[in-house]
Amino acid sequence: MIAVKEKSNKHEYVELLERMLLIRRSEERLALLAAAGQLPGAVHLYIGEEAVAVGACSVLQERDWITSTHRGHGHFLAKGGDLKAMFAEIWGKKEGICKGMGGSMHVADFSKGILGANGIVGGGFAIATGAGFGAKLRGDGRVVSCFFGDGAANQGVFMESMNISSAWGLPVIFICENNGLSEFTVSSTITGGKLEDRAKAFMPTKVVDGNDVLAVQAAVREAVERARRGDGPSYVEAKTYRIRGHLEAEDAMLGGGTYRSKEDIAAWQAKGKDPISRFETYLLGNGIVEASEVTALQDKIIRIVNEAVAYADAGEDADVTLAHSLMFAAQEA
Amino acid sequence: MPSKRMIAAINEALFEEMERDENIIVFGEDVQLAIMGDTRGLYERFGPNRIRNTPICEATLTGMALGATAAGYHVVLHMMFANFVYTGFDAIANQISKMRLMTGGQLKIPVTFLACYGGGGSNAAQHSDSAHPALMNLGGINVVMPSTPADAKGLLKTALRSPNPCFFLEAAARGGQMGEVPDGEHLVPFGKAALAREGSDVTLVTMGSATKWCLDAATSLGKAGIEAEVVDLRSLVPIDEEAILKSIAKTGRLVVVDESRDCCGAGSHIAAIAADKGFFSLKAPVKRVNIPDVAIPYAPAAELAVLPTPGRIEAAVRQLVG
Ligand SMILES: Cc1ncc(C[n+]2csc(CCOP(=O)(O)OP(=O)(O)O)c2C)c(N)n1
Repeated sequence: MIAVKEKSNKHEYVELLERMLLIRRSEERLALLAAAGQLPGAVHLYIGEEAVAVGACSVLQERDWITSTHRGHGHFLAKGGDLKAMFAEIWGKKEGICKGMGGSMHVADFSKGILGANGIVGGGFAIATGAGFGAKLRGDGRVVSCFFGDGAANQGVFMESMNISSAWGLPVIFICENNGLSEFTVSSTITGGKLEDRAKAFMPTKVVDGNDVLAVQAAVREAVERARRGDGPSYVEAKTYRIRGHLEAEDAMLGGGTYRSKEDIAAWQAKGKDPISRFETYLLGNGIVEASEVTALQDKIIRIVNEAVAYADAGEDADVTLAHSLMFAAQEA
Repeated sequence: MPSKRMIAAINEALFEEMERDENIIVFGEDVQLAIMGDTRGLYERFGPNRIRNTPICEATLTGMALGATAAGYHVVLHMMFANFVYTGFDAIANQISKMRLMTGGQLKIPVTFLACYGGGGSNAAQHSDSAHPALMNLGGINVVMPSTPADAKGLLKTALRSPNPCFFLEAAARGGQMGEVPDGEHLVPFGKAALAREGSDVTLVTMGSATKWCLDAATSLGKAGIEAEVVDLRSLVPIDEEAILKSIAKTGRLVVVDESRDCCGAGSHIAAIAADKGFFSLKAPVKRVNIPDVAIPYAPAAELAVLPTPGRIEAAVRQLVG
């Protein structure tokens, strides 16, 4: 952990821990429900990578934008998305943030700057770049954080987006969540060179320990400041690891095949590695929070998750006529 | 004949043809562990020079498929979900479908694309499309959509021996469907429909995933004394016009059933063939049962409401047959 120990930042620290816990506990619940066959569709969990979204979004303002990925629950919640509305969406309910039309892979809340999770790998690059272009034209100081995986970095649109962002000085922060895996393929077997070097051709870069929430926060803060000053895009690469399968039905899908070892997973789950237990240890060890406060926070999060489950359970099924009525907005002529 | 799952029949065709022709190579995202199951075991048998996982970069993969044919390979490119055909569309639409004519017939393009299409799994709009209408519209690409394990094996074998580009589209929801599959040599020609059910009152022209819905609807209609004939096209490019026209000459009524959107879908084309060349056989207007022009919604009930179902097919038939 890189930060100076400062009790005066206590509130901010607790907030970071709380957000990470919220993502972890809500996704653990999703894992259970998916295993029980109670969720429609595919569910891609972010467990183990929480520090990236939380660290990055902690230095964004509500008006700033993010683009997200198929693994988007963490980004959604970190940017201030509502858990109840997200669960209702995943449940396929009318109360869902997208009225049940999009599901897990498409959670979006434009009012909070969340330009959407995305089912197309690499789909966010150009959208973020376009949003950055818009912000630049308006000159209103907004910035865009584009979250993407190391797998997505192999889409050509990554380079095209970095090029425009750099050439035109757009306020875009490219945040690579490098978990070393592209679905069931180890990324190093399909990736030439270092991802950071691709970005270096266009913009300042920084590689950080993605399981260290304060390290992510510091790197993204610097990038956001640069973008707001009008000094253009940055690249931040957060090294992290996906603890769950690519998606929750992975074992059934692979029919016994494997692409990584149990030892690797265990190593990243260890206390000194897991972004949450690690941050907890740091806060406790430096006397920033008391054990009782952490316990209280844990209890609070469990309550919030339980309430969100109850809310989604009690929701109404999505309105089937929306597929027709929502395709086009009303227009003048 | 042994009974096999659809996905196993596809796998068998790949194994047999790769054994037979060492110029067949397979690439695509996650083909080694085989996310869809169809390429499972190929890596263990044929190794990295014949089958390999690629980076996620569809726009390049489709162009590479064309390029690798220059070295004499028959390329199998697995595009995973049919929606990703859109991501890789440029080389398909601007290069592969046009290159042969543009260059005066100098080259052959032995490329077989695999992609899984269709809804029913609450995978939402970016993982549930059927891309065949867009592909049919290109002209230079064969498009096949099997509905049975036997046809899956036979059509894929034909594709793997063809010097022409072909999209072999797998119904994502039907991989587990069982059926008898001939061992060994079994080729199903392109452009030859199968008569999936005989009937005299109405013709259901269909393909791929929708064939099962048509057969279910026909069974139910049969109980009410309405005999539906089911024509399973199996291939859309080329298309068996004769089989369509022959059946409507017999029944005088046509319902086209297709898991794609209405506007310029496969059904539009088939209805146009009937209007143009079978008009005087028709006793009633042609009906289409397909997906309305919407993005496929996520919530299960909302998704089901836009997909063709046996119930919707039956209702369409009853509009035509008093
Ligand atoms: C255009 C496109 N191609 C392929 C896929 C299938 N797919 C979904 S996630 C994924 C791997 C993404 O890896 P990465 O970007 O590293 O993100 P991670 O899953 O590791 O978070 C693939 C290939 C897709 N959804 N979209």
